[in-house]
Amino acid sequence: MSKAPSIPPRFRAPSALTWVLVVGFAAFFIQGLIASNISIDRLVRGANNLVRFIGQAVPPDFSRAPNIADAMLETLNIAIVGVTFGCLLSIPLALLAARNTAPNAMIRTLARFIISVSRTVPDLIWALIFVVTVGLGPLAGILAIIMDTIGFAARFYSERFEEVQKGPSEALTSTGAGRLSVIFGAILPESFASMTATSLFSVEKAIRSAVTLGLVGAGGIGVELSTAMRLFRYDQAAAIILVILVVVIVFEHISSSIRKRII
Amino acid sequence: MTSAITCQNVRVGYGPLNVLRGVSFDIPVGQGVVLLGANGCGKSTLMRSLNGLEKLQSGKIIIHGASLTDATRRDLRQIRRGMGYVFQQFNLVPQLSAFQNVLLGAMGRHRLGILACLGLTAPAGERARAMACLERVGMADRARHRPTELSGGQQQRVAIARMLMQAPKVVIADEPIASLDPKAGREVLDLLWQIVREEGLSMLCTLHQLDLAQEYADRIIGMKAGRVEIDAAIADTDMTQMNALYSGMTRVDAQPTGEAA
Repeated sequence: MSKAPSIPPRFRAPSALTWVLVVGFAAFFIQGLIASNISIDRLVRGANNLVRFIGQAVPPDFSRAPNIADAMLETLNIAIVGVTFGCLLSIPLALLAARNTAPNAMIRTLARFIISVSRTVPDLIWALIFVVTVGLGPLAGILAIIMDTIGFAARFYSERFEEVQKGPSEALTSTGAGRLSVIFGAILPESFASMTATSLFSVEKAIRSAVTLGLVGAGGIGVELSTAMRLFRYDQAAAIILVILVVVIVFEHISSSIRKRII
Repeated sequence: MTSAITCQNVRVGYGPLNVLRGVSFDIPVGQGVVLLGANGCGKSTLMRSLNGLEKLQSGKIIIHGASLTDATRRDLRQIRRGMGYVFQQFNLVPQLSAFQNVLLGAMGRHRLGILACLGLTAPAGERARAMACLERVGMADRARHRPTELSGGQQQRVAIARMLMQAPKVVIADEPIASLDPKAGREVLDLLWQIVREEGLSMLCTLHQLDLAQEYADRIIGMKAGRVEIDAAIADTDMTQMNALYSGMTRVDAQPTGEAA
């Protein structure tokens, strides 16, 4: 004997866990609002200051254009060199971290740990660490970009390796090929397009972070920007910000058009 | 007469499920055997076991005198080198040209593995050989095409060329024409058996078409629920006997909805 299934109710009571999460989130949100001392008054004053800043920033002062160009070139150098090494180092790390290519579980766990550490530590903090260890200048920036790229690229590479179709690798294994040969013969070619896309993303990301790395003294255009800001030369700062904007947008366009072509 | 493939009471299981329940047969060198059986009867597991991809619970598999059962990783690679595998899904590397895919077939034969098989670095001899293999399967004019630009039948031809490149002694073909239309399927099967006969290879090939099995095979092995049910020369088999393989309790998991093929 079976009863006809009834119509599902319009509303289903959320579970206890959902309640805890929602209430917890709401509590944090309200506490945050109170703690950050937001008031209409401060927002109005802030808006006034913004207008004053813009007033002083316009028209932008390009008189230091050669210096800005030099600094921008250094920023691009940091980004390109850092990202290249970062991507190259990511490949072996990703192979050690992917389930289907790792030699054993211990090495895999270790590789994943290294990758997640380089991802969880923000790029500015890497830059601070390297400024302390190798001194001010572009080398610290390059090292910071390498770490940042590894955290990003190695993770996506290894996820891609794990998604590779089993068939072609099995076919090569069945010819008696060794593990490395199978990786180079089947897994890397299959992942190549996606790896290129990831690498291009890393370049975009690296240029954006290379811009800010200078703020902590790791070379590049950030140094110029923070100097201009500290000297209240908002017109020069505006010029630098404009240059950054143009360069970042141009690079994003180039890389997204390349990505569209290969995928 | 020497044996190409010998299975002695092979048992394979996944957890509580016994897939192969004591499979024994012996294929002499140069014989072409068709393996029949319903979906889920353990055919694919048997094929994978022959390639060392499954761990045996008990029993023995001997390929050209070398035992798979207690092979070290090195031995296993050596055995695999002598065994060509043709897959239902072709399993070509989609991003590489047909020519490069065929070249990869030689990977097991070289100490340097991949280096000896990249279009860029392969010795001239291997490159010429790969082209000859493509020629043999009638795909020389498609050498630069990627698998995605080829039809299913053409892809399987390239896969057969890769198998030829490997220069195996034994061929395992796991439903080589199951994803092809009848015409392309027959052409591929013609080609495969012709090559096997010309090279004097031994072959174990699974098929689902009984008429084709009767037409090509020297001998039929029929499996049902993890056991060998029929093992007879082609002249001694008849349709009723073969049809019986597909009725009743055929699956190893004996659940009509499960998937264990």
